[in-house]
Amino acid sequence: MSYEATFRVWRGDAEGGELTDFQVEVNDGEVVLDVVHRIQATQAPDLAVRWNCKAGKCGSCSAEINGRPRLMCMTRMSTLPPGETVTITPMRTFPVLRDLVTDVGFNYQKAREIPAFIPPQGVKPGEYRMQQEDVNRSQEFRKCIECFLCQDTCHVVRDHEENKPAFAGPRFLMRMAELDMHPLDAAGDQGLDRKATAQEEHGLGYCNITKCCTEVCPEGIKITDNALIPLKERAVDRKYDPLVWLGSKISRRR
Amino acid sequence: MTEVERHGFDVVVVGAGGAGLRAAIEAREQGRRTAIICKSLFGKAHTVMAEGGIAASMGNVNDQDNWQVHFRDTMRGGKFLNHWRMAELHAKEAPERVWELETWGALFDRTKDGRISQRNFGGHEYPRLAHVGDRTGLELIRTLQQKVVSLQQEDFREHGDYEARIKVFQEYTVTRVLKDGDRVSGVFGYQRESGRFFVIEAPAVVLATGGIGKSFKVTSNSWEYTGDGHALALLAGASLINMEFVQFHPTGMVWPPSVKGILVTESVRGDGGVLRNSDGKRFMFDYIPDVFREKYAETEEEGDRWYQDQANNRRPPELLPRDEVARAINSEVKAGRGTPHGGVFLDVSTRLPAEEIRRRLPSMHHQFKELADVDITAEPMEVGPTCHYVMGGVEVDPDTASSCVPGLFAAGEVAGGMHGSNRLGGNSLSDLLVFGRRAGLHAAQYADTAGDDRPVVDQEQIDAAAEEALAPFSADGGENPYGLHQELQQSMNDLVGIIRREGEMEEALQRLATLGERAESAGVEGHRQFNPGWHLALDLRNMLLVSECVARAALERQESRGGHTREDHPAMAAEWRRVLLACSLADKPVPGEGAIVLQRKANPAIREDLLALFGVDELKKYLTEDELPGAEADLPPQRADVDADKKSENGAEH
Ligand SMILES: Cc1cc2nc3c(=O)[nH]c(=O)nc-3n(C[C@H](O)[C@H](O)[C@H](O)COP(=O)(O)OP(=O)(O)OC[C@H]3O[C@@H](n4cnc5c(N)ncnc54)[C@H](O)[C@@H]3O)c2cc1C
Ligand code: SF4
Ligand code: SF4
Ligand code: FES
Repeated sequence: MSYEATFRVWRGDAEGGELTDFQVEVNDGEVVLDVVHRIQATQAPDLAVRWNCKAGKCGSCSAEINGRPRLMCMTRMSTLPPGETVTITPMRTFPVLRDLVTDVGFNYQKAREIPAFIPPQGVKPGEYRMQQEDVNRSQEFRKCIECFLCQDTCHVVRDHEENKPAFAGPRFLMRMAELDMHPLDAAGDQGLDRKATAQEEHGLGYCNITKCCTEVCPEGIKITDNALIPLKERAVDRKYDPLVWLGSKISRRR
Repeated sequence: MTEVERHGFDVVVVGAGGAGLRAAIEAREQGRRTAIICKSLFGKAHTVMAEGGIAASMGNVNDQDNWQVHFRDTMRGGKFLNHWRMAELHAKEAPERVWELETWGALFDRTKDGRISQRNFGGHEYPRLAHVGDRTGLELIRTLQQKVVSLQQEDFREHGDYEARIKVFQEYTVTRVLKDGDRVSGVFGYQRESGRFFVIEAPAVVLATGGIGKSFKVTSNSWEYTGDGHALALLAGASLINMEFVQFHPTGMVWPPSVKGILVTESVRGDGGVLRNSDGKRFMFDYIPDVFREKYAETEEEGDRWYQDQANNRRPPELLPRDEVARAINSEVKAGRGTPHGGVFLDVSTRLPAEEIRRRLPSMHHQFKELADVDITAEPMEVGPTCHYVMGGVEVDPDTASSCVPGLFAAGEVAGGMHGSNRLGGNSLSDLLVFGRRAGLHAAQYADTAGDDRPVVDQEQIDAAAEEALAPFSADGGENPYGLHQELQQSMNDLVGIIRREGEMEEALQRLATLGERAESAGVEGHRQFNPGWHLALDLRNMLLVSECVARAALERQESRGGHTREDHPAMAAEWRRVLLACSLADKPVPGEGAIVLQRKANPAIREDLLALFGVDELKKYLTEDELPGAEADLPPQRADVDADKKSENGAEH
């Protein structure tokens, strides 16, 4: 079964652009990305769009569908209101390069600013021992496919270019939580307090736990509840309660 | 003279998948200035899609496992066509490569005693695959990506510049390897964002570009799999071997059309899923080949008992090797017993409680629910074969990963030899790390020896490469590259697919030749800035070259082995095991005749101590009389009765 749909796709570049209408065939079972591909193949061969796996695994095809940040390859046409125009625009938080493609360099820059995993001294490769229940928490965060939809949606930076330098965004604050919860990360031994760094250098304080990031995460990661809030609670403890801070330092050294 | 952005490095790695990143990390740790080029964003390479795991005989779950057993399984999987030395190095080094990932922050699933958990997989005798649920590839990519970042942080501390010694050029596509005389001098390509050209000068280039699946219509592969590295190597004067061997995974989604080809993991069958045709029959019982007859259940009852009691029952034929299952499904559909959408039914809903299915197969449950509106806990899936992996690739020296072109190295799916005629699940991810590291190491050493005598990039080659890349813009009223691509995919699928016939492959070659001519005049609209039509027009050259290699080699090899099945030559022939088919670029291509020449090469004889790991009875199935070890009595008796197929095939997936 197929029908004609109206797609309204943003076309343009850094200089500006506009929504362009396409009448396009839609077949049973298709996802938004299929339809965008059909527009490319039949009407606009130079329509710029990123995609790789078409299976929700690589996080390349992020865009805003009817205003909501989503993966185009995981959004089935049948889940959109029937008969209504489908509007696709690029992620708003990042500068447009062309059409649906944005410059996501911000994220790569932030990734670089998060101090890497610090391997424990004296534990040789092959000698790492960790219990499953101790790695579960960090593993949840490592499901992240870096689609950057959470970064796109977070109001701290969405319409606030000025906050970008100071705020790593939910994806990378979560990365800090991940390392902080890694059972063998030796940051403490090197005098690096990841929680404090999140607060002091990566803008954890900007987050007011609205949970919008969690809502758009295609991997269903509980970013706010499981990463940001625990990070905050402990960061707050440490900041305002020297005893808690000292206690945790001592136990880490052991 | 063409305007290009220019850079200079010691080592250039083309590809940021598992193989490319591991190579780059090594080259950088050897102190060489290293560039990583990838045509998508950093962290999005195809490796991210790998699900099941990474094979390494760490022996965490069964301490009987060791590199010899892994080597044996790999050779059997590849039907002994593998380069024995690659299989040996791979089996020996895989554990170290996996352990090292932990020191870079990887978090694998754990055993009860806190070590890396390992799961069963098709063709592996013991539980061997390190994994993270069903997203192992993501863990691998992220770990390597984060290791690159940590090296950059190190450089930042030392030099105040993150990119002092390792730099990622993302969304840069290489279209030519440049040469100075015989040796490599760098790479040429375009930036996706601006469409501008770039040249990176370097004495050593590592190709790590992955596979070729996008030449087939139904595939589990991603956008990037247009065979670029295979083609770049050919164009630079290297040769490709084993190109006739393409792995079709038996279970890909078949409906809806938009998801056709997406992988349905083998764990579904490992956990009890059964295959049925439209008559409701468990047809795999009709497809047990004679060589496997003793090892597979004859009745459904026995097959079903195996899931609980593997010691006293034989396993169900749904768990036959992948090529067997793929062929059986193909036959059922051809005989008119397929599903409405041209597949067969894979049913787990009547086999396990819904709760159990959701627990064991979360991503499959999610995938079918989201993409096909199918609740696998309540109804069967429809599945059919999908093009999954290419065993063929650049012919390399096993120890150094270097091709026959000085300065050109290759690792990962783009390299050939390691997997012979058929790859075992999990053996790719380990291959990426083992040979990625070797390629990086030897590229670094090679770059070092170049010293002051560095190759010089030739302006004429740059001009020619630029002209080639711009051609699609000047093709007046040229053909739509999307249309050409679809025709190519259809032809390969129909004519050089799972089951091959002489006449069809000849027709394929003719079609490829005409498509090649038409592709030369493929035209594009718009400008150079992020223009997918243009990119596809350029990728066509690569897909056509690689497809010709596959078709030509498949036509030549008159036997059936692993990922190459000839209806007109259904048996495996020991004589053919000694033959490798090598493709290279014709010096003077005759118009309409194609661009590739084929050469027969001898497959190097397996080292004796490695041969001794197998029993003579088993070797007889694969080797010719005169290859068999002379003195049978010398063989350790316990080896002689090793059961060729005593492998755990449950819980398997690629
Ligand atoms: C669905 C699926 C599941 C799988 N599961 C498993 C599994 O469980 N276990 C296992 O062992 N194997 C598995 N495989 C196979 C395995 O994932 C691949 O063989 C492997 O990831 C290939 O890695 P690679 O490093 O060679 O290349 P890739 O990871 O594909 O990387 C290729 C890189 O090259 C770049 N590139 C390509 N062309 C160019 C160019 N012209 N210019 C610049 N850059 C370029 C790309 O951008 C990319 O960065 C699976 C495959 C699929 C499809
Ligand atoms: S919870 Fe915090 S990080 Fe997430 S969207 Fe809200 S403010 Fe941003
Ligand atoms: S946390 Fe979720 S939304 Fe954010 S980048 Fe990762 S996968 Fe995307
Ligand atoms: S294309 Fe990979 S997530 Fe959509």
